[in-house]
Amino acid sequence: MRLEAIANPTLARSIGLPVLALVATFVVGGMLAMLAGANPLLTFGLILKGAAGSKFALLETLNRATPLIFTGLAVAVAFRARLWNIGAEAQLYAGALVTILIGTKLALPGVVLIPLMGIGALVAGGLVLLGPVLLKTRLGVDEVVTTLLLNFIMLLVISMLLEGPLKDPMGMGWPKSEAIPRDARLPRLVEGLRLHWGFGIAILSAIVVWVIQTRTTLGYEIRAVGLNAAAARFAGIPVGKVMIKTALLSGGLAALAGFSEVAGLRGTLTLDLSPGFGYTGIVVAMLALLNPLGVVVSAIFVAGIFVGADGMSRAAEVPTYIADILLATALLFMVLAILLTKFRVLRG
Amino acid sequence: MTATPLAQDDPVLRLCNITKRFGALTANDGISFDLARGEVMALLGENGAGKTTLMNILFGHYSADDGSVEVFGQTLPPGQPGAALRAGVGMVHQHFTLADNMTVLDNILLGTESLWKFGLGRGAARARVAALSRDFGLEVDPDAVIAALSVGERQRVEILKALYRDARILILDEPTAVLTPQETDALFDTLRRAVALGLSVIFISHKLHEVMAISTRVLVLRHGRLVGAVATQDTDRHKLAEMMVGAEIIPPAPSKATPGVPLLMLNRVTTAGLRDVSLTLRAGQITGLAGVSGNGQGALADLLSGLAVPRAGTLEIAGDTVTDWTPRRAIAAGIGRIPEDRHKTGTIADFTLTENAILETYADIPNSRYGWMDWRGAEQRAEAIIAQYDIRCPGPGTRIRLLSGGNMQKLILGRVLEESPRVILANQPVRGLDIGAVTYVQNQLLNARDSGAAVLLISEDLDEILTLSDVIHVISEGRLSPAFPRGTMKPADLGQWMAGQGFEYAA
Amino acid sequence: MNEIVDILISASFWAAILRIASPLIFATMGELICERAGVLNLGIEGIMVMGAFAGWIAVYAGLPLWGGVAVAMLSGMAFGLIHAVLTVPFGLSQHVVGIGITLIATSSAYYAYRLSLPEVTSPPRIEPFQPVDIPGLSDIPFIGTALFSQTPLTYFAFFTVLVVAFVLYRTPLGLALRAVGENPSAVEAQGLSVTALRMGAVIVGSGLMAVGGAFLTLSAFSSFFFEMVNGRGWICIALVVFGAWSPSKAMMGALLFAGFDALQVRLQQTSFGAMVPYQVFLMIPYILSILALVLMSRRANVPAALMVPYNRGER
Repeated sequence: MRLEAIANPTLARSIGLPVLALVATFVVGGMLAMLAGANPLLTFGLILKGAAGSKFALLETLNRATPLIFTGLAVAVAFRARLWNIGAEAQLYAGALVTILIGTKLALPGVVLIPLMGIGALVAGGLVLLGPVLLKTRLGVDEVVTTLLLNFIMLLVISMLLEGPLKDPMGMGWPKSEAIPRDARLPRLVEGLRLHWGFGIAILSAIVVWVIQTRTTLGYEIRAVGLNAAAARFAGIPVGKVMIKTALLSGGLAALAGFSEVAGLRGTLTLDLSPGFGYTGIVVAMLALLNPLGVVVSAIFVAGIFVGADGMSRAAEVPTYIADILLATALLFMVLAILLTKFRVLRG
Repeated sequence: MTATPLAQDDPVLRLCNITKRFGALTANDGISFDLARGEVMALLGENGAGKTTLMNILFGHYSADDGSVEVFGQTLPPGQPGAALRAGVGMVHQHFTLADNMTVLDNILLGTESLWKFGLGRGAARARVAALSRDFGLEVDPDAVIAALSVGERQRVEILKALYRDARILILDEPTAVLTPQETDALFDTLRRAVALGLSVIFISHKLHEVMAISTRVLVLRHGRLVGAVATQDTDRHKLAEMMVGAEIIPPAPSKATPGVPLLMLNRVTTAGLRDVSLTLRAGQITGLAGVSGNGQGALADLLSGLAVPRAGTLEIAGDTVTDWTPRRAIAAGIGRIPEDRHKTGTIADFTLTENAILETYADIPNSRYGWMDWRGAEQRAEAIIAQYDIRCPGPGTRIRLLSGGNMQKLILGRVLEESPRVILANQPVRGLDIGAVTYVQNQLLNARDSGAAVLLISEDLDEILTLSDVIHVISEGRLSPAFPRGTMKPADLGQWMAGQGFEYAA
Repeated sequence: MNEIVDILISASFWAAILRIASPLIFATMGELICERAGVLNLGIEGIMVMGAFAGWIAVYAGLPLWGGVAVAMLSGMAFGLIHAVLTVPFGLSQHVVGIGITLIATSSAYYAYRLSLPEVTSPPRIEPFQPVDIPGLSDIPFIGTALFSQTPLTYFAFFTVLVVAFVLYRTPLGLALRAVGENPSAVEAQGLSVTALRMGAVIVGSGLMAVGGAFLTLSAFSSFFFEMVNGRGWICIALVVFGAWSPSKAMMGALLFAGFDALQVRLQQTSFGAMVPYQVFLMIPYILSILALVLMSRRANVPAALMVPYNRGER
């Protein structure tokens, strides 16, 4: 078979195929549910109910979406420049760590601490990604493997600190940090609703990233470098510098997920802060076709699946891991569907 | 090889009514011809005339919409790569199909045995390759790694690959594009030996004098149709050219140059690919750089583009020695750059015309201000280039991937010339273009010269260099020959330099 | 210092190196085959998880140990097939597809685990491969215990290296594989199918990765745990680079690596080790992998067509 570029894809093709990808994903999910002896439609109904069936469920979904918006944006920004940042998990923990350090070690009023923690996290995340990017631009070391390995290293560093200098003396032996003071927590977005300002900051970040990508020279540079680095370099675009700027932005965004989880939700740092938000960010970004505004929608969708699956597995005998399979399947079907909107398959 | 014995004068290859359409474009339209034993048939046509498509059909890479291919009386199954190979057809591609990390012998052996065989039998193969080398005059070390070979040697490996598989029909696609005139003579000698041994040859080219020199018969393709088939002895270059283009070719006739001050000077520069090179580019003059590809042209182009910096020696622009040399500095210093590969370095395929038009100037007014893009300003610039350089496209919002090579090159040309550069680096500016676009680009370069720009023209096409250049340098293994003014050198003389002779004496 | 010498002169230390290296060798050979053919397989981590699970559950369900190895291999090949279809004929991003395969294989293994054993809190154990003494060789003092008293899967790992090296450098198939990762049009021009070669390499390579995973459950730990692969797949990708895409050098890399790993486990138990947080020791493999990548960055002879999809007829 051969692929041939389509000059002007029809609307049916550009919308129909991604929709088909989602449908196919749920067909796969339905078969998995049947494998577990459950009724597929009932299972999906339970997932939907768990994700959006009540005000509480919906808020839970939005809360879960918040870190995913950040990591999704981090991945979307990086992948645009063809910087394969698979290390959002490490950057998230770096952000959480700095948030805790500033929040618990500096005796300052909350209004000062909150922006300080946010900026600290932003910088820390950027720096964590800077290493692999410098190795890539200076020595040609593939950043996929280095960012992946850094995830493991970072988790061990956090573990070491939580069992050492950062250990909460009142933690009953659990590896857990001290909590940041009450007045340094992110306030609720709306009084009375269990949704903190982290969600607001996430939405704002998505808008800022969108403006950067479409309206600034940096956005133009990032797209040029991502689509054809050789042509970009030839045209005088400083590829290395653009990569570094992208890394700082991407790493910083991922770290904000850690900041928002600690300052908005948990108050403390533990080793289970992220159930793989960094990796899920890849799925979020790909489902959004790397569009920053789309990331918000896809993060809510992905969070809904996770939250819904939690609720569903309590009612039906289907393990929650069905959510992970669904999302990975959606990722693969979606990249295939996107390809087929641009190319048609020919025989011979 | 054949089921039924063939009479001596039966055709060895017969193409019958081959038709191939890509969407609205008919790339091959009812093409039929026979190839006889022991003849050299030239297949002549412009870029885009359908030669490559025809060969891809013969080799099963595409299946034709209509028509059939017969080799030694047997019809080839359509769309099956390998069928033609097994039937005894060998192809020497223009872009070599060699694995650079393997030896000559391994490249020749590749695909000749069943994949599931235990062991390679390199010993017997080496002996056979040695015998073939001797018989056909194709000298090359079978144990050398491809990466270490010259372009000419690689081509010999390609021919050996075909001969090792007992090819009785050899097809060569633009084989001389990468050779010195002397290497071309050696290739022709090999082809004559092959024909004498009963092989048949199809020689694909657009170089008329070579077609006249080697072929016994010429087929001419134009816009996918076979427009002429003549015995070589009954025709001449002039008639062939007319048949190929459909109209009389009027080569550009440059007026006399009026060289001005030196605008760019290299003083004994050494880089990764250049050895002690001194060069002066003067205002109002086209300097041609001849040479076999891979002898330092890329290194020189990289240096002038800002992609490489001198290891030793200096680069002076309008009298000032440059430091901190980058592509951006090169652009700012007034060097307009037309890159060798318009797909890989000249444009970004998934960018629109507008986005491609501002690749080098996006950071300047009116394309952007204070880091903010001004897309309206950018689009106006793109529209101006589209209008002035006659770029055929649906609009500035079209992805450049969808444009023809000629229109792509016009955009690059427009992007460069709109900045009124003092120095123009034109690296293979017309490669792969059809005659109309070739003439357009060459005339634009001449106009730029006449309005005072210093032009460096890099080309592997000696005819192009001889026609356009006011001064010629030859490059070989990173060394530069002295400057030869227009009219002082014949192709054969330049060939001597291209093969590396004369440099020691000159130094 | 004496403690380190004690470690180095104990036969069990050297035996441990071979044991720790075995899963890495399987998976590294698998990745090497894929990359030699021009396909980066980032599905390796998830495929190892799937192999670990599939082999173990098959044996738990009653199959013999070698049956478990075969089931693991088949499971890996199945995910390899998905990877191959998406990255070879469709030419999709090998990064994105690889990560997707890792996610889907990992979550499928976990899902299947929960489905097959819904109630258990700690996973059941199986009877794993037992060490087999090589007659004659295992009686040699020190060396015999160190090298020739291993489980069959360990011997099989080293045999795999021999086979891969032989095939790559001494058979027509290997010639074609090396060529297709360097310049696919060379392969196409000689009448071979780029698609078939690359897909075959990814499928077989993925099968080997899964056997590497199965080593963990069938030979090393006798039980399946979540997170048991724990980044070994990514380490193997680094080992392929470290070994400059050569089977023998990659094997040496795996042994070197296993050496450090075996050493760090033993150092933890020394008086020196007690002074250092154990996390530092656990970090060593990952840091070594990054160092290996940095060290080899300047001179690695990476296959020229690695990560470059091939579309027929296009030049």
